[in-house]
Amino acid sequence: MIFHTRALLGACAVAALCVPATAETLTIATVNNGDMIRMQGLTQDFTDKTGHEVEWVTLEENVLRQRVTQDIAAKGGQFDIMTIGMYETPIWGKQDWLVALDDLPDSYDADDILPAMRGGLSLDGKLYAAPFYGESSMIMYRTDLMEKAGLEMPDAPTWEFVADAARKMTDKDNEIYGICLRGKAGWGENMAFLTATGNAFGARWFDMDWKPQFDSPQWKETLSFYIDLLNEAGPPGASTNGFNENLSLFQQGKCGMWIDATVAASFVTNPDDSTVADKVGFALAPDTGLGKRGNWLWAWALAIPAGTQKEAAAKQFIEWATSKEYLELVASKEGWANVPPGTRTSLYENPEYAKVPFAKMTLDSINSADPTNPTVDPVPYIGVQFVAIPEFAGIATQVGQEFSAALAGQQTVDEALAKAQTLTAEEMEAAGY
Amino acid sequence: MARAVTNRRKALNTLVAWSVGLLIFFPILWTILTSFKTEAQAINDPPLFLFFDWTLENYAVVQERSDYMRFLWNSVIIAGGSTVIGIIIAVPAAWSMAFVPSKRTKDILLWMLSTKMLPAVGVLYPIYLLFIELGLLDTRIGLTIVLMLINLPIIVWMLYTYFKEIPGEILEAARMDGAALKEEILYILTPMAVPGIASTLLLNIILAWNEAFWTLNLTAAKAAPLTAFIASYSSPEGLFYAKLSAASTMAIAPILILGWFSQKQLVRGLTFGAVK
Repeated sequence: MIFHTRALLGACAVAALCVPATAETLTIATVNNGDMIRMQGLTQDFTDKTGHEVEWVTLEENVLRQRVTQDIAAKGGQFDIMTIGMYETPIWGKQDWLVALDDLPDSYDADDILPAMRGGLSLDGKLYAAPFYGESSMIMYRTDLMEKAGLEMPDAPTWEFVADAARKMTDKDNEIYGICLRGKAGWGENMAFLTATGNAFGARWFDMDWKPQFDSPQWKETLSFYIDLLNEAGPPGASTNGFNENLSLFQQGKCGMWIDATVAASFVTNPDDSTVADKVGFALAPDTGLGKRGNWLWAWALAIPAGTQKEAAAKQFIEWATSKEYLELVASKEGWANVPPGTRTSLYENPEYAKVPFAKMTLDSINSADPTNPTVDPVPYIGVQFVAIPEFAGIATQVGQEFSAALAGQQTVDEALAKAQTLTAEEMEAAGY
Repeated sequence: MARAVTNRRKALNTLVAWSVGLLIFFPILWTILTSFKTEAQAINDPPLFLFFDWTLENYAVVQERSDYMRFLWNSVIIAGGSTVIGIIIAVPAAWSMAFVPSKRTKDILLWMLSTKMLPAVGVLYPIYLLFIELGLLDTRIGLTIVLMLINLPIIVWMLYTYFKEIPGEILEAARMDGAALKEEILYILTPMAVPGIASTLLLNIILAWNEAFWTLNLTAAKAAPLTAFIASYSSPEGLFYAKLSAASTMAIAPILILGWFSQKQLVRGLTFGAVK
């Protein structure tokens, strides 16, 4: 009798496993960039494997950020998977807004995720978002102009060298500017660059008591250096230039150097769009000898909002989209240069991928960024080019406006820093720090 | 001599009118031109005006990537629906204020307009929560209601202005001939105010078609109209100007064509009563 009962129970269990799970339709919010669009084109592979359909909501980065934040805070339940960044992940994880991804199967090989990425997307050792692509920042420079200036770019240059090279490469009569940097106001625009650069100069946003540090000599040095350099060797109107404007200038051969996201490397070396595709070299973001480099760390990652009814199917999608197999799928269809970079160690061990010209420098840049220990002096926060607290986006956007106005010549460096110090102190006090 | 001066003045007026018209239309023209360029040509410096290799590639990419017809259909329903419902509600309201005014009519009109003075983002969160409670998020009916309510003050104000131009004696005469209220509005007032109603209708369709705050915030995959379609091609990290222009051209084409065919009514309605 016992045997029969066990056999019956066993048969039931096997039958339950064999019945295919209900096919779901997942709604995924994502950003508009090349890697994400490529994934949308390959979604059929996921549907073929699992039976689940996918509906995409593609939005511009800033609209997406506002849209998903609003939905998750209000528990709107509009999305089963959200594309979020390294800034949101620890904050939302702390609020219990995200499903922890700590039960992914062994075949997924979560240990293969680059340690810097895994650290930035985890809270208390739990992964809350799986990286779809990762990036750091680095120097992209014109090899021909560098040679003409009689200089040779080291793999790990100092800011002193970069500034000297920028001034020597500048030929304003022929519209060639030694260096192009972000100047447009915004926490993800000029403040991403300046926060990371500040790290290299020994500056920091807050001390261990959360007291703002814009009145420090390090910030004054950082901002003065940046503004002087752009005034002497930057393009006109630099205070309104963001990623796209600088990309456009570089592709048209008007920038000697450009320090920005590693993802730009594939754009500037693409002969279809870039007039200087075969004259681009790469180097680590500069330092000042204090032990920190001015390169950031960022990942666009896939996360599941807590409370979704389709958690199991959503996890299946994340497993598929961030797996080693997905990278191979992209490589087989579009070549290794188009594989989403910066997420898995195994990708950088692949001899085929090693042939991609910017692969090594991207990995070196990612590995040299440390979001848990980003500054020369100790800080109470996580994040290289941001501070992972909810108040940061609002404060940094205001500070960014002050710094951008200083670059445009509307106020002095001292005035901009004084305003930044005051507004940050007020906002932090109001937030209860 | 007088004729020569008149002709010269006419020519000057025409020139000025064309210049202003072209200046206003130029951003749209530039968007249309950019949609036929490659991404590299789109960012070329100096900008390329007409002499470039024209390509339809961007339209092909947009067609392949997005379900344009679904976005278009959502736009038609939301913009059309909100305008029609708005007109149905606004006609009796404007009639009562124009022909049976009370002491508070002007206050009510001002109060209605004052709702437009609050930035939309100020009520985003309460409306979002209401939509969650009512299950209206990402539905066409939800957006139709919101856009109707947003445009209602403008519709009432426009209709009120047109109705005020119609002599009350005509309606009185109809009443003396035994017309009931319904007949008075349907058979006397409405036909006389057709140009005004038509221009209100068209203007509100255009406003609802282009509304991008609520349509982006209250939709996801199902009810998203053409504004969301455009937003999906914008990117701060990567050059998509040519594709964005193609998507924009596709999004504005229907309303541009509608405006072109109905410009006579639109102009007539907007200048209704101006020469009185």
